[in-house]
Amino acid sequence: MTDLPHSPEQPVVAVETSRWKTFLKSDIVWSYRHSPVTIVASIVALLLILMAVFAPLLAPYNPFNPATLNLMDGFTPPNSTSFSGKYFALGTDSQGRDMLSTIMYGSRVSLFVGFMATLFAMVMGVGLGLVSGYVGGVVDAIIMRVADVQLSFPAILIALLIFGVARGIIPPNQQEGAAVWVLIVAIGLANWAQFARTVRGATMVERQKDYVSAARLLGVNPIIILLRHVLPNVLGPVLVIGTISLALAIIEEATLSYLGVGVPPTQPSLGTLIRIGQQFMFSGEWWIILFPAITLILLALSVNLLGDWLRDALNPKLR
Amino acid sequence: MLAFIARRLVQSVIVMLVVAFIAFLVFRYVGDPLAALLSQDAKQADYDAARERLGLDQPFYVQFYYFVINALQGQFGISYRLQQPVSQLILERLPATIELAFASATIALVFGVLLGIYTALRPRAFSTGVIMTGSLVGVSLPTFLIGIGLIYVFAVELKWLPSFGRGEVVQIGWWRTGLLTQSGLRSLVLPAITLSLFQLTLIMRLVRAEMLEVLRTDYIRFARARGLSQRAINFGHALRNTMVPVITITGLQLGSVIAFAIITETVFQWPGVGSLFVNSVAAVDVPVMAAYLVFVALVFVVINLIVDILYFIVDPRLRDGARTGK
Repeated sequence: MTDLPHSPEQPVVAVETSRWKTFLKSDIVWSYRHSPVTIVASIVALLLILMAVFAPLLAPYNPFNPATLNLMDGFTPPNSTSFSGKYFALGTDSQGRDMLSTIMYGSRVSLFVGFMATLFAMVMGVGLGLVSGYVGGVVDAIIMRVADVQLSFPAILIALLIFGVARGIIPPNQQEGAAVWVLIVAIGLANWAQFARTVRGATMVERQKDYVSAARLLGVNPIIILLRHVLPNVLGPVLVIGTISLALAIIEEATLSYLGVGVPPTQPSLGTLIRIGQQFMFSGEWWIILFPAITLILLALSVNLLGDWLRDALNPKLR
Repeated sequence: MLAFIARRLVQSVIVMLVVAFIAFLVFRYVGDPLAALLSQDAKQADYDAARERLGLDQPFYVQFYYFVINALQGQFGISYRLQQPVSQLILERLPATIELAFASATIALVFGVLLGIYTALRPRAFSTGVIMTGSLVGVSLPTFLIGIGLIYVFAVELKWLPSFGRGEVVQIGWWRTGLLTQSGLRSLVLPAITLSLFQLTLIMRLVRAEMLEVLRTDYIRFARARGLSQRAINFGHALRNTMVPVITITGLQLGSVIAFAIITETVFQWPGVGSLFVNSVAAVDVPVMAAYLVFVALVFVVINLIVDILYFIVDPRLRDGARTGK
């Protein structure tokens, strides 16, 4: 996976190019090449991610600079020129903000929260799962009971609750700056249990194997055993859950923002844009809601499909 | 069976106590209850008096004891935001959520089982492929987008159904129902469909998978060999044996339905408990949040208990005490 230079299957003499060739011949590349849906999904996901990352460079306008906004440009339909003579490919919202630019910046917020929340859940879940599976006993029982209880409640409910509690603890004047991080922690805490459960199971299997016993007999520090020896062997399922949980985190962020408890309105994510757009749906300005909605659907669907493919490719026994 | 239920009851009580403890921590330590209750120019003496009156100067475990006692009587204090007793607020909005949840569970169960049987009996048909693909797409779409889509098609474009609210309601005792008026029923359609879609796909896939499994077994082959009619085999023998997992999932999902109703209720401005909770989170209305937490946990625990008891009714193998563990 990462850097394992001395594993016996891979001779140390292997040079970079031949390793690349081995990679190209591997099962996973084969299954990628033979799944057109996955290829399309990965291209869509990559384009959306690039669009979000380079939004400041790519966006035709800066939607958050009040100096460039013109209220006269409000409600310009897609693919047309406004009163002030500017061209808007996807139209403008009620304040004259370019929808295309707003969506680019919005996907940036959505993806940032999604990635960070998944990372948070992954680190926490993998850590607790490793400890739970390796140590066993009371520690294992406590961690797994908490995970069980949490898994039986919908993630969105837990995230809402954590968000509300954090709102109550953080002083009001710092809330706007902290909102994104609160959201990340709330979604992350709502999703760690999946990782913990899977990693625990895999760790319990690995723990029985000879290489772990050997390391233990050599007196290697248990933390080193877990991180250097067990962790790389349980990473496959973690990657699968990570991808699926990224799609979930993006949807959860959008839902929370749609409910009006997510990111502050000064930093609209895709969910916030949909919330705003719904007001104009009844008066015929369909583009204000349609384009953010399509972007969200494409994002969630493509990441989801990638996750499904990864699960099947890494674990041929399933299905 | 009695021993099994008793053990389950004890477990449920423990879960409820843990949840009550979390709710108590939230209730007691998030925000300052005194700041919310007293006016801005209250003096220190007023604070001390109020602290003593509300029992906030008591030791931690005494406060928790009173919290549980009060919760058992349905008392969760007064909403900071609406200045009304929380129990009254929840009770007023409960009928709306329950009617929505049951309507959507009915839709999900009926159509889920029907589509599941259909797709299992015709595994290679084109229509099966369409239904299965549709269900995959449906699962990966966020609930609120499905709701908005339905509003756009059926309320904005076609103008067939109302887009928000509960329509006219009729008061029966303390229960305010929307099921007896035409506008109430019309208002129920879109939210109920939105809420049911996720469960519907879940039930459908489950029934399909179980049916495919059961149809391969020897006793189905034997039933065919005996010359029983297709209908008797499919419904009398096969479907009956798929029911245990279906009941489990449906039952457990009913709890998530109450929670997922949060989203649907916000999309359709349905005046239920879920929208009350969202508004309370946005306004950091701590007593309502704590009460909702206890309420949802209670729903989950009760449903789990009912599902466990239903097992005994559906599956005769469990009835003779053959299995007493969990």
